[in-house]
Parts: sequence; structure tokens; C-alpha cells
Amino acid sequence: MQNILKDTKIYTDLLEKFLQTNDEKYLMEAKVMSSSFVNRNIFPEEIVRIHMKAMDSIYGETVSEYKQSLQFLLESLIAYRVANSKFEQLNTERLELKSEMQVAANMQKTLLKTEIPTYKTLDIGAISVPYRQLNGDYYHFTEGENGILNFGIADVIGKGVPAALSMSMIKYAMDIFYDESMCPPTVLRNLNHIVERNVTANIFITMLFGQYNLATNVFKFASAGHEPGFIYRKATDRYEEMEAKGIVLGVVKKAQYEEYTLEIEVGDSIILLTDGVTECKRGDRFITKQELIEVIQRFSHLSAQEQVESVYNYFEQMDDFQLKDDFTLLIIKRFV
Amino acid sequence: MNLNIEIKDEGKKTIVQLSGEIDVYTAPSLRDKLIPLTEEAGHTIKIDLENISYLDSTGLGVFINAYKSSKQHNSIIEIIHVKDRVLRLFQVTGLHEIMNVVPK
Repeated sequence: MQNILKDTKIYTDLLEKFLQTNDEKYLMEAKVMSSSFVNRNIFPEEIVRIHMKAMDSIYGETVSEYKQSLQFLLESLIAYRVANSKFEQLNTERLELKSEMQVAANMQKTLLKTEIPTYKTLDIGAISVPYRQLNGDYYHFTEGENGILNFGIADVIGKGVPAALSMSMIKYAMDIFYDESMCPPTVLRNLNHIVERNVTANIFITMLFGQYNLATNVFKFASAGHEPGFIYRKATDRYEEMEAKGIVLGVVKKAQYEEYTLEIEVGDSIILLTDGVTECKRGDRFITKQELIEVIQRFSHLSAQEQVESVYNYFEQMDDFQLKDDFTLLIIKRFV
Repeated sequence: MNLNIEIKDEGKKTIVQLSGEIDVYTAPSLRDKLIPLTEEAGHTIKIDLENISYLDSTGLGVFINAYKSSKQHNSIIEIIHVKDRVLRLFQVTGLHEIMNVVPK
């Protein structure tokens, strides 16, 4: 009540000055007052009431038809009160949802955390940046007992909640059924079976699964339609695209995968990524493979972890850069 | 972000002419138009990607959906005039070997 009287007084003063001088500065002050009304949730029909009192105060009892017209106007504005409540409610729900998503994102980060192992002969770096709050990319390292480093990188197609849920499935499937005797093609064949039975018709998953033998430095891998990575060869100072074919997970009931083998020499690097990296855009166009290689090479003198982070930061800081998808980059360097 | 979908009915065959981009924004409307066409047994659907400048993985998901539906309902899908980055996407994902993909 106090505030309404105060508002009415301020409103009346300003209106009177404006009516006397026609000076625009009072209109500016009216704008400021309008913001104050909105911030304090004062509805349009209340402002009409304030206006009626102000006019009565300035001119005495105003012409009855004019006053009636304002009464009519007041009724015409009442629905805004309901609309505003709905808006406030939607806004609250939106903030609650955002907060729940953040909880889910934190849970996901914890559940899917993977330790990057350290070795005397290998330097490993990894970065994964989600496009939205939940990450649809996944990577995982596990150390086998027989001197084998197992790792996988996967990209769930689609973004947001459905993709992230499907990705959790991959993680748990690996936890449950993976056995060290399984070669990469068998791992992907089994995963395909699980994914095909459990995802909706428009979801699919690309994945590359590899095993690195630390004693022999032989790298075996299989790919389920995953974005090809690169091998850097120190001998030729060149980056070669990793050719690996295989159907994406989740489309056919029974899938067969091929095993590929590469020997990794001292100074070589294995570079794995998801299409969030290759689909970086500069303004209107996608970056080319050559541009990507140049950026990776620019930071190759750094440690693997510094290198992946520098590559990401380089793209992020470009003026016309747009991240279009989850961005994941892994680099494994053999330095001894 | 813009997709134009033209559907030409030729009896047992339907031609779906697409132009523009198939991405997360336009994929739902493509799905709504395409999936029902695959639900008719013995029907052939030719999807022309000649004028598609961009296809992302969400868009690819629609074609996978259509493929699965066609298998289920005994209809046939053919994707024609596929080129450049769009063709590459079908190739990298291995889908060109299980789906009828005809490069330009």
C-alpha cells in the first residue's frame, strides 16, 4: 500500500510536469519508472489506476466519459496479469530443468571418468568438450594385465540427453562383458548387438576400439563407422589418415568388423578424434583436413596433454570459430 | 537450416526431391514425411540428394530410421545423386554398403 501511494505521487509529479512543459526528458523518466514497475511486478491495469488517480489529482474530477474509457482500458489489460504469471512459472521451470541438467552432467562426468594411464614409453593426452551440458562423446582407457592398453573413442549421434544416455550404455556394456581375450572386432560386434537392441530407430553410435601392446608397440584396432584418425610418422614427418572401415553400431543386427594392425615406431603418434573436430567451422566453411593437421603439428613439440589442449584452445579462440558438436581429441605418442 | 521437400508420387514409386540442408533443425520434418512412405510394402522410394549442400549425423539418423523401417515393411529405399561431403559421410559410417546409395 505504501508503495502504491509513493508510486502514485511520483507518477503524478512527472505527468504534471510533462503536461505543462511537453519536455521529452519526462518521457525518459517515465521509461525508467516503467522498468521499476516491471521489476516490482506491477501489472498494467494497476498503472492505469495510478494514471486515473494522477489525472484526478491534477485536474480535479475528470470528464466522466474519459474516466469511463480508462475503466474500459483497465479491463482490457487484466489478462496480462495471467500471462505474466504463466511466464514466471515457465521461467522457474526452465531454471529448475537447467539445474537438473547440470546435476545430470556432473553425474555423467563422475560415472564416465577415465584415468589416463602413465607409461614409461607412451605420452597420452585427451580432451573432450561437450557442445551442450551433456556430452555425447566418450573415451575410455583401461590397462590390461598382459601389458595391453585398451582404449575406445565413441560418438553417439544426436545431442543432449538421449545421446548421453546411450553413451552411458556403452560404458556399462564395456564394464560388464569386456574380456581381455577379445580382439577389437569382437568387442565391436558385441557392442553392436547391444546397441541395436536398445536404441531408438534414429540413434546410432560410431566407435573406434584399439589395443596397444606395450612390449611390441603393435596397435590393433577396429572401427564402427568412426571418423578416421591420423598416424604421425616421424620417419617421413607426415600425417597419414587411418583407414578403417566398418558399419556404425546399432543399425544392423549382426555386424562383422575387420581388424587393422599398425606398428608404432619411436616418435610416432596416434591421433584419434570425433567429428566435432573435423566439423569445426570457420565462418561459412568447414576446416579442411590439411588445416587440422597443421594445427595439430603446430603444437607437436608439447606434451600430449598440452598438445590436445592447445589444439582446442586454438580453435576456440579463432574469431569466426563455431563449435558445432562435442569435441574430442586423443593423442598417444611413443617417445621411447 | 533450410530444407525443401518435394514429393512426386508415381504409383509404385515415389520420388523425394530434397534441397538445402538436413541437420538437427530440419531432420524432424524430413522424418515426418519420409517414414510413412516406407511403410507401404512393395513401394520404392527414391531420395534425390543432388541439391543437398549439408548433411549432418542427425540427418543421417533419419535415413537410418527410414532404412530400418523399409526393412520392416518390405519397401525399398534408394538414395541417389550423393556427392562430396554427403557421400563421404555415408562412406565413413559404412552405410553405403548396406543401403542403396548411388553416387553422382
